[in-house]
Amino acid sequence: MDLTATTTVRKSASQVYAFWRELENLPTFMAHLEQVRATGDRTSHWVASAPFGKDVAWDAEITDEVPGERIGWRSTGDADVPNAGTVSFVPAPDGVSTEVYVALVYDIPGGSLGKAVAKYFGEEPHQQLDDDLRRFKQVLETGEVVRSDGAPWGKRARKEFPQRPAQPLSDAELTKGAEA
Amino acid sequence: MRANTWAGRNKVEVRDVPDPKILNSRDAIVRITSTAICGSDLHLVDGYVPTMQDGDVMGHEFMGEVVEVGSGVTADKLRAGDRVVVPFPIACGACAACAAELYSCCENTNPNAGIAEKMFGHPVAGIFGYSHLTGGFAGGQAQYARVPFADVGPLKIESDLTDEQVLFLSDILPTGYMGAEMCDIRPSDVVAVWGAGPVGQFAMDSARVLGAAKVIAIDKEPYRLRMAEEAGHIPINFDDADVRSKLLELTGGRGPDKCIDAVGLEATHGSAHIAAYDRVKQAVRSETERPHALRQAILSCRSGGVVSVIGVYGGLLDKFPAGAWMNRSLTLRTGQCHVQRYMKPLLERIERGEIDSTRIITHTLPLDEAERGFDLFKNKQDNCEKVVLKP
Repeated sequence: MDLTATTTVRKSASQVYAFWRELENLPTFMAHLEQVRATGDRTSHWVASAPFGKDVAWDAEITDEVPGERIGWRSTGDADVPNAGTVSFVPAPDGVSTEVYVALVYDIPGGSLGKAVAKYFGEEPHQQLDDDLRRFKQVLETGEVVRSDGAPWGKRARKEFPQRPAQPLSDAELTKGAEA
Repeated sequence: MRANTWAGRNKVEVRDVPDPKILNSRDAIVRITSTAICGSDLHLVDGYVPTMQDGDVMGHEFMGEVVEVGSGVTADKLRAGDRVVVPFPIACGACAACAAELYSCCENTNPNAGIAEKMFGHPVAGIFGYSHLTGGFAGGQAQYARVPFADVGPLKIESDLTDEQVLFLSDILPTGYMGAEMCDIRPSDVVAVWGAGPVGQFAMDSARVLGAAKVIAIDKEPYRLRMAEEAGHIPINFDDADVRSKLLELTGGRGPDKCIDAVGLEATHGSAHIAAYDRVKQAVRSETERPHALRQAILSCRSGGVVSVIGVYGGLLDKFPAGAWMNRSLTLRTGQCHVQRYMKPLLERIERGEIDSTRIITHTLPLDEAERGFDLFKNKQDNCEKVVLKP
């Protein structure tokens, strides 16, 4: 499965690149990622969250990198869902912002894992990545993912439709957090 | 706390709900001292804005005292004890839209942007108490509210002006003012305003302040027209007169130079068969708007004039008079108000006595009587123009 998405962030290409290159930042805005940990200069360990199944983790390496312009990566070893991606940072015509172009490729396997992955992406896999980039922009421009009473759990918002009512959360809901 | 909530179509209910808490670092919690019912709240209650849910706290016109700020709000911006008016669009202050002062189109404050994008092509800002399409933010018809980006939006009131004098800086005064400002008013201009509700009244006052030669108010409620007349505007009752002929008569046959639609998607119409056509289409949802005011404004406006739309539209409309618009060089301008842009200059106009925003208040009720307030306002009973609620 091939996915592409794009957004414009009102920061310089070097700032936007630097944030993405700090791979530990990716789970703050990418809905399916639980954790990314750098294991070397160009290698990292990725853990995906529940919808992929409990223990979906893989190693990845950066295969192509031009600082401030482009990062390319791919999974290594026997990843359950082999995947690869590139992100490019292009100065926007306004002279202030940066256009961010993301392309992802997932090699979706057969069997129950493949089904779970397909179900997770649903009928609109592009929407998932669009929403990821929307949060990426929020984090870079405002410092964090924006929460509302109806969608209080940031990057989980889309799974919550129809949402909880737009009224303040109870203490119990706040304690339970995103798992409520 | 107590809060007025949406309880299904044509029903609001004041209920007990949890107190709001800080969810983002740049939030503030405001103890509300005054809040109001807006004409656009009626569109929610009447069921014309999708994605409302049972229990949603309503209200986007409110002010009060800051009782808590998040760790990201610095004391020079806002601190506990500050008295603030809160603008209805939630704006981050950092995106390209905010940099262009298009605050109601903020690119970052709507967690449900994906849904809004499907409906409108591109997303719109978060708005307090105004459906999940605009973010699912609890509103301000309540004792307390959580205000995101509290270091960007809220306007501090440091003088001794009353709540009633400044409350409407949250929405309807800037909205009316933007309606007039979009008209690029010149001293020779005749400005006609469709709708003599609260926003229409403020559009009229703003047109006068911006130097219009003559301001005309179009409505069918005698008490609303009287209110406009007492403020110095010329009334036309569309139940008694043909609006187009009357406008020609008042302008030497030219038509108004600038026209403002302060009605929006639930217009009523003097002509029964046209009203029925749109009402039926709206009922079966093959059209979401009843746009008589907009059609009439376009057909009435002088060639080369501006039609400025501040009445709320939410979806699709039929029979848009594109021929009149195109062939007569009309300019159509519109937008949800970019409130943050206007709050300070309008506060100064209030302080200088150029605008008296208290003149439209007809009812002040305790928050617990919100349901009665909605009934009075919706059904135009007891000469109701504007309801202020006290939590």
